[in-house]
Amino acid sequence: MPLILSEEQEMLQDAANGFLAEKAPVSAFRKVRDNKPADGFCRELWSEMAEMGWAGIIVEEEHGGSGFGYVGAGVLAEQMGRNLTASPFFSTSVLGATAIQQYGTEKQKAENLAAISSGETLYALAVDEGPRHNPSRVAFSAKPSGNGFTLSGTKTFVADGHVADKLIISARTSGEPGDPNGITLFLVNANAPEITREHTPMVDSRNAANLSVDGLEVTGDDILGELDGGYGALEGILSAGRAVLSAEMSGSAQQVFGVTTDYLKEREQFGQKIGSFQGLQHRAAHLATEIEMMKSAVLKSLKDLDEDFDNSGLTCSLAKAKTGQVAQLATQEAIQMHGGIGVTDEYDVGLYFKRVHVAQQMFGDAGFHNDRWAKNSGF
Amino acid sequence: MSDLEEFRAETRTWLDENCPVEMRDGDITAENQCWGGRQWKFQSEAQKLWFERALAKGYTVPTWPTEYGGAGLSSDEAKILEKERQAINARKPLSNFGISMLGPALLAYGTHEQKAQHLTGIARGEIRWCQGYSEPGAGSDLASLKSKCEDKGDHWLINGQKIWTSNADISDWIFCLVRTDFDAPKHQGITFILIDMASEGISVKPIVLISGHSPFCETFFDDVKVPKSYGDNNASVVGEVNRGWDVAKNLLVHERGMLGTMSPLRGTTGPESLGKFAAEQIGLDAAGRLDDPSLRQRIAQAELDNWAYNLTVERLTDEANAGNGLGAKSSMLKYAASELTKRGTELRMDIEGTTAAIIGEDGIEYGSLANNWLYNRAYSILGGTTEVQFNIISKRVLGLPSQ
Repeated sequence: MPLILSEEQEMLQDAANGFLAEKAPVSAFRKVRDNKPADGFCRELWSEMAEMGWAGIIVEEEHGGSGFGYVGAGVLAEQMGRNLTASPFFSTSVLGATAIQQYGTEKQKAENLAAISSGETLYALAVDEGPRHNPSRVAFSAKPSGNGFTLSGTKTFVADGHVADKLIISARTSGEPGDPNGITLFLVNANAPEITREHTPMVDSRNAANLSVDGLEVTGDDILGELDGGYGALEGILSAGRAVLSAEMSGSAQQVFGVTTDYLKEREQFGQKIGSFQGLQHRAAHLATEIEMMKSAVLKSLKDLDEDFDNSGLTCSLAKAKTGQVAQLATQEAIQMHGGIGVTDEYDVGLYFKRVHVAQQMFGDAGFHNDRWAKNSGF
Repeated sequence: MSDLEEFRAETRTWLDENCPVEMRDGDITAENQCWGGRQWKFQSEAQKLWFERALAKGYTVPTWPTEYGGAGLSSDEAKILEKERQAINARKPLSNFGISMLGPALLAYGTHEQKAQHLTGIARGEIRWCQGYSEPGAGSDLASLKSKCEDKGDHWLINGQKIWTSNADISDWIFCLVRTDFDAPKHQGITFILIDMASEGISVKPIVLISGHSPFCETFFDDVKVPKSYGDNNASVVGEVNRGWDVAKNLLVHERGMLGTMSPLRGTTGPESLGKFAAEQIGLDAAGRLDDPSLRQRIAQAELDNWAYNLTVERLTDEANAGNGLGAKSSMLKYAASELTKRGTELRMDIEGTTAAIIGEDGIEYGSLANNWLYNRAYSILGGTTEVQFNIISKRVLGLPSQ
């Protein structure tokens, strides 16, 4: 399979580009940021996205989705990254949909996938418990009780955690924190009284929450995947998340680089365009090359998810590592090459800088993934 | 089955039946590749057999037209052949500068008669070409070249010097940039000319590099007479007189494409990854990590970058085949490949530490790690320095203004 988009995927890209430029440009994101609505996103916009089939982008058609797979999800995420679009797309349509479609029972699929595709039910994945991503360090406990389990513990940095209707929580059913074995995923109602959700305003003005669960009773039917064997499923969900987050960061990096090269062609100092200075040209050329590398890495990881989901983990890790590095470089250079206005709130480049920082932290930064690659390669 | 799938099946069978097992080591280096040329001696029966079988099928130059010795494959077919060849680790039956550089330029600019003589000679492995571009005073600023070419009626008279002429001492012909007009702006007085290295007045002197060895030479032209024509419609000049820069640029794109698509970390570690090699040399700590955190980080980063680079070669090739063309993006690949190549041997030198720095009484052994490490410093200089590639990317890809 060639490493390029198909005609159908290109059409999706054009449609997304057109829709978001009109309905959800950066100015719309600024409005959400400044008006601070409780939801942290615009529900009308989300409904329109769902109507176009975006909410169920990876969901198979038999469950009401549009069956575009991960390349399709990445195409959308890239355009959202270009526009800094805030929506539950990532938490619901990527993480929630992957969790249920890949690891859910037939019953769970029937109950959830159509609700994801229609956009009416929102999902969130609660995985981390500290400031740095570490999916095996799970202390959140699920203790056997009667026919089921009692859940107690805390989770941090849950994207869309405070607006979600349903939560996917990684909990420890055996073993010690740090052990990949003994982790179980539970799919629970987010509005249960035992769950306290605290919205944590983030530097990128996107939704996140801390969760605290105190004695929530669940049954074996609420398990997603296997008892004690939830880590494999978690890895799969995280892989999909890493690849699609990479696509989003790639969109942000490309957009901010385009804005920066435009600026280099128009800003004058010392009587000439600053883009004619070799000191800036060579940095831009290096960055342009890195952006090409990043685009290849992202597309490869999305294609691997579509073609061989169970063996795509390392590719998704590599893509996340490369994209995190390049997107950070792109946003850093964007600010520096814009000079003084680059650090003003009025200019958009700073918004991209902030978003890329948080996206890079989410589900492992470049260091995390380089370490993972090295371990898997025997060094 | 689609036509392409049928072609894939046929190709697989053909390769399996025709490529000798000895030619399936996948280890193509300057030392063991089949270069061809008048002075060429096959290194083994298998190499000869593989070359002859490929030649009969047109597979020494698969995409060239059949009338010039190729197989006339489409880009899709050529990609399949290349993938299938790599799948069985087969060496290329023939590879040299005629195939990778002069051939594509002649296909674009040559007359039928020029192609019939020169392309066929390349395809058949009869003529080995070298490149006469750089001069002592014309490196990155190639267009300032001064080798003088005068019109003497039925022939050209050439005086001057070329430098960094790879393998000039064992090549048969040279494609050369010479100045035919000293008064015109520098890009408009250059001519692209084909010269037999056996011509009287050409002398060659090898250059010793920091690596102790090198394929590079200086080539001197003292009153060299070059016929205007090698036959009807078969001029020694390619394209128009004084318009050689167009041909030169076209060829440089192919040269960057060739340099940009080499596998950088290959040949630095053998079949294993750098990381695995380091683990054997240095050992692991109690947590199973390489017992040298800084080296571990550098290796992981190099492997990550190498992975992304290989994918980018694949993606940009696919995009080019889909009709968008590679164009100046070949400069990105050339830059990335040469920097990665340097990093690969630097890391290997660091992994092996002081052991790798021992060279022995006879100096730096050809083909040794130290030899490769030192030679690789040249990769970001030859074929246009990294800085020249940056200039090209700035101007042609990003459209940044000139000073």
